[in-house]
Amino acid sequence: MAITPPPERIWWNLPVARSELIWIIVAFLWGLVMFSGMVYWHLEGEQNLSNEAYRITPEAFLEKATAMVEQHQVREDSGMPVVHPPPGSDVYLVARLWQWWPIIEFEKGQSYRLHLSSMDWLHGFSLQPVNINLEVHPGYDMVVTITPTDSGEFGVVCNEFCGIGHHQMIGKILVTE
Amino acid sequence: MSTFNHRVCPATGLRIHKSAENLIKANAFVSIVFLAVGGLFGLLVALTRWPGVHILPADWFYLALTAHGLDVLLVWIIFFEIAVMYFASAVLLNSRLATPRWAWVGFVLMLVGAAITNVTVLQGNSSVMFTSYVPMQAEPNFYLGLILFAVGALIGCFVFFGTLVVARDEKTYQGSIPLVTFGAMVAAIIAVFTIASGAIVLVPTYLWSLGYIGHIDSLMYRTIWWAMGHSSQQINVAAHVSIWYLVAAVVLGAKPLSEKVSRGAFLLYIFFLQLASAHHLLVDPGLSSEWKIFNTSYAMYLAVLGSMIHGMTVPGSIEAAQRARGYTKGLFGWLRNAPWGNPAFSAMFISLVTFGFLGGISGVVMGVEQINLIIHNTIYVPGHFHATVVLGTTLAFMAATYLLVPLVFQRELIMRKMAMWQPYVFGLGVTGISVFMMGAGTLGVPRRHWDISGADSIIKFDFPGAAYLMMGLNGMFAVLATLGGIMFIVVVVGSLLFGKKTGDEPLKGLTMETATEYGSMKHPKIPGTLVLVGVFFVSFILYYFVNWKYLAEVWPLR
Repeated sequence: MAITPPPERIWWNLPVARSELIWIIVAFLWGLVMFSGMVYWHLEGEQNLSNEAYRITPEAFLEKATAMVEQHQVREDSGMPVVHPPPGSDVYLVARLWQWWPIIEFEKGQSYRLHLSSMDWLHGFSLQPVNINLEVHPGYDMVVTITPTDSGEFGVVCNEFCGIGHHQMIGKILVTE
Repeated sequence: MSTFNHRVCPATGLRIHKSAENLIKANAFVSIVFLAVGGLFGLLVALTRWPGVHILPADWFYLALTAHGLDVLLVWIIFFEIAVMYFASAVLLNSRLATPRWAWVGFVLMLVGAAITNVTVLQGNSSVMFTSYVPMQAEPNFYLGLILFAVGALIGCFVFFGTLVVARDEKTYQGSIPLVTFGAMVAAIIAVFTIASGAIVLVPTYLWSLGYIGHIDSLMYRTIWWAMGHSSQQINVAAHVSIWYLVAAVVLGAKPLSEKVSRGAFLLYIFFLQLASAHHLLVDPGLSSEWKIFNTSYAMYLAVLGSMIHGMTVPGSIEAAQRARGYTKGLFGWLRNAPWGNPAFSAMFISLVTFGFLGGISGVVMGVEQINLIIHNTIYVPGHFHATVVLGTTLAFMAATYLLVPLVFQRELIMRKMAMWQPYVFGLGVTGISVFMMGAGTLGVPRRHWDISGADSIIKFDFPGAAYLMMGLNGMFAVLATLGGIMFIVVVVGSLLFGKKTGDEPLKGLTMETATEYGSMKHPKIPGTLVLVGVFFVSFILYYFVNWKYLAEVWPLR
């Protein structure tokens, strides 16, 4: 029994049932399939992280974001600047207690280099209802090249706990046709 | 014969030393107190996230969520694991416990540490969640309490290792240690790694909170914290799988089909589980895909393989025992005639099935490097780990408690009807919690979030109606799970206080007769288990590929 010593001291020499052996082989092969799945998607899939990231101070990141806002602001919404950066350009989204700044307007089907960084604590970039979720750190500039394929209004919900105002931290991304 | 003070268990014939018995009782009792406290906080959290109820204000919600995570995920589970380790070493090996004094020192340190951290959280300035990610800062005592608790747990691990040495030296058993003890040893080895990682991350964080260290990198913190945080869940897996084998052996006299396979699967845990830190960092900046792919797969899924093996060998050993006892009708006669009215068995079997189907499959799928993009930090994540830690670990520990009450506390269970229903009520409640949280998570609902309606925010986002519905259902099933939890506490504490003392009579409902010859000696037929494993495998494959399809519909990212 499982609560008594095994029948032989060297348990490695005990026999293995055939049904167990078959399952071990099947499960092992399935593990290899799942492992290859990630490698395959990395080479062929459309949704992969670039792993492009830089160390940056919050001040330097905010400076870049402010420069982008000054250059590409098109209007204001809810007291927040709305920027319409040119396709292919570097776009900066600032995460801070408790807002995503600024509101960004993309064009459908165009690609943008989206930079994410936090000014203070950890934040979670959660683009809804598309459902893309990224961890946003202070001191790291994370770059993802993103290509919106739907138009409309999207929410950026914070999904990493960031203190008492966490649930108020909602931003906006617009995608025009 | 040992000269130490001991008694002989009438049901099992095992020698139980007084020193070990008292420590098992103390650790198990304290663990159950913290289960009650932490469970209550969990109910408040679920009721707040039920949009129609929304019971707590924001500050209390985040406080309750911090306390819930600490008390159940850490304190309840580790205290109970210490009890399991002492049971699996001293009792199962017929031995005295090594250095009971040090074991008491460890116990007191854990208790004091847990109390300090709880009080600090309740004071209100340390609502930093269980994970306490820097640069968010808690009061220094928050970290101090955790460090003391970890030191106490580490002492417990070494008392366990010491007991293995003592038992071997004093020749209290023949041959190798039993499988359950082997599993507990695996848990203890992983625990040492876990606590070492905890020390590396928490000691500097404590110094930082006191002002002696200026800066702690948030990415480094998350990497090392999860070397503790996820590995601690692997302690749970090793411990609760051991309990599956324990319950199958005690209740049904089941033997492992093959000692080699079951122990080999445990060894896979030691070799590969610690890579699990990566699961939490799949969408963090600054880590390469090669690192993520290798680590998140536990080295090509070799640790997952370990769990898949146990998922077959545990029900397989039960089937073999039942068939040897004469329940040979059809594919599932052995299962129909299992002791479903014995809460130790039903809790163990529900734990086994739900851990595999809900916790295991969802865990592997969300740990795929790219699929994590559509799941990270949504409420899918707590949905997953309520299936692993509550259905898997907690329910298995409840099963073990139903054995400890008569065997170690020497009390008969009172309110047997309520005890009989308890695993079903609790199991159904937590299954609902898991399923509906995972459902809401696929709709993007964030975890650790007071109000998804965004009523207080300047910019609004409307989650779909189905998300609100599922959060409501999550709340309702949490009430059911709480009812199951209260039933457990009432039965166990009631039995300890008012249960009839068990004398030298053999116990009812605990069969220890071994079902003749099979197991490692011969190759028993287990067709029913093979069908169950087949159903599991097909579900796994389907769910895996469905999630790739979901991912493929998301905006392209490079």
